[in-house]
Amino acid sequence: MIVAKRKPLGEIVEMLAPYQKITVIGCRSCVAICLAGGEKEVKMLVSALKIKNRKEGRKQQIDGFVVERQCEKEWVKEVEERILDSDVTLSMACSLGAQTIGDMYPKHLTFPGLNTGMFGVPEEQGVWSEKCIGCGNCIIHTTGGICPIARCAKSMLNGPCGGSANGKCEVNLEVDCAWVAIYDRLKLQNRLDLIENFTPAKDWSTSHSGGRRIYVREDAKLSQHQKKGKEAVQ
Amino acid sequence: MKAGSNLEKVLESGKFAVTAEIGPPQSANPEPLTHHARMLKGYADAFNLTDNQTAVVRLSSIASAVIIMREGIEPVIQMTCRDRNRIGLQSDLFGAAALGVKNVLCLTGDHHIFGNEKAAKGVFDFDSIVELKVFDDLRNSGKQLGGEQIKDPPKTYLGCAENPFATPYEWRAARLAKKAAAGADFCQTQAIFDMKMFERWMDEIRGRGLDKKVHILAGVIPVKSAGSARYMKNKVPGMIVPKEIVDRMKNAKDAKEEGIRLCVEQIETLKSIKGVHGVHIMAVAWEEMIPRIVKEAGLLPRPTF
Repeated sequence: MIVAKRKPLGEIVEMLAPYQKITVIGCRSCVAICLAGGEKEVKMLVSALKIKNRKEGRKQQIDGFVVERQCEKEWVKEVEERILDSDVTLSMACSLGAQTIGDMYPKHLTFPGLNTGMFGVPEEQGVWSEKCIGCGNCIIHTTGGICPIARCAKSMLNGPCGGSANGKCEVNLEVDCAWVAIYDRLKLQNRLDLIENFTPAKDWSTSHSGGRRIYVREDAKLSQHQKKGKEAVQ
Repeated sequence: MKAGSNLEKVLESGKFAVTAEIGPPQSANPEPLTHHARMLKGYADAFNLTDNQTAVVRLSSIASAVIIMREGIEPVIQMTCRDRNRIGLQSDLFGAAALGVKNVLCLTGDHHIFGNEKAAKGVFDFDSIVELKVFDDLRNSGKQLGGEQIKDPPKTYLGCAENPFATPYEWRAARLAKKAAAGADFCQTQAIFDMKMFERWMDEIRGRGLDKKVHILAGVIPVKSAGSARYMKNKVPGMIVPKEIVDRMKNAKDAKEEGIRLCVEQIETLKSIKGVHGVHIMAVAWEEMIPRIVKEAGLLPRPTF
């Protein structure tokens, strides 16, 4: 899932300072699970902003609510009136949610309340770790199911660098060395012969390096006729 | 001969090689390089110019190489994958070769978090093994990674580094095997303090026949004080410094003298290990000790061709 963190309160206050009517919109998907922009976090932020405004003598009207998935137009459309009724929308979704609102209502101001960080997984309550960078060409069947592109600080392709000590990464001694983890996993799977294989230069053209990516599934696209029908229903 | 460098001639003729490291300055002033080149001439077969080591911005290794060549000494340029993608690396290899650089050490590079530009965007398009393979293909067939056939390819003698003291230890010989297969002609190791551990690694290297495929130059660092020994023991990931060495430095009357003596002893031990074809002296900010170490280790005069 997408893992995000809320921006510091001071930065949000500064961003919103010139505006009177503010709508804070959270999202019930990834950012709710990573405790950054779900229902609870929206309520907490709205209260914090109100308290700060009262203390500092600022007058703003601040409302907050959540939508099911802010990155999908259908869910955003349902709250269109509440968005357009404000001077600015503070999105508490990931950047995808914020940009969906921004693209749908380009004249309206939509600001980010979160810093979107990574594709990660919850490891335990309150801990998330990065495991994928979306390079567009998955190789983890050759690396014991562990991605060295995302989990190694240098995205090494052919094994550990010389800075791995006691199984930890030199860049952050709290973090496991990806290649030590790969070694242990391959050993467990009785596939240690794989460490002798040479992995050639990676083709990064499937990643962001190849330019912005748009994926199209022709078989899933609606025909003109179907699109019209859908619009009529809506 | 692949490149015809002095280092290549020494190693290919079966002589025990000596390389040493010169750290380029953190400025645009070439004077420290000229000073070191004049002081060190004749004491090693080639000198490594580090490539922004520990990710601290320094005078570039290729420019440094040209500066020391003017003084008549041979460079080994270090080229890391941290700051350049495949376009930059291949282009700089052409440039270095055109300027007369013949020895290239392929490294992944220290992460920029350790340096003085911590907010940098790391590149890491390649790792060192991919870099070796790409450079090897270029020199052998003039074929660029992207497929283009080029005229006048860079003729270089290719080196790599390996660290027998980093985890997982069981992978370290296999890593060198991959580097040899990717085109490495020589390998400079991480500084050795734990001799037993190094010998175990060398057993594995000989067991795989790798000492016949790649010339191993054992790395040494002369230690200035007990404090620096302790620092390397406790703070430098991937370095193993046994407690006896820290104690020996601590108990020495004259720590600097003891450090030199220790380094000379280490070189003597390394000379006797089968498959070790040379030493690589990393006298970090202590380059003036290199002549003495080389002399006392009985490595003079250096061969000439």
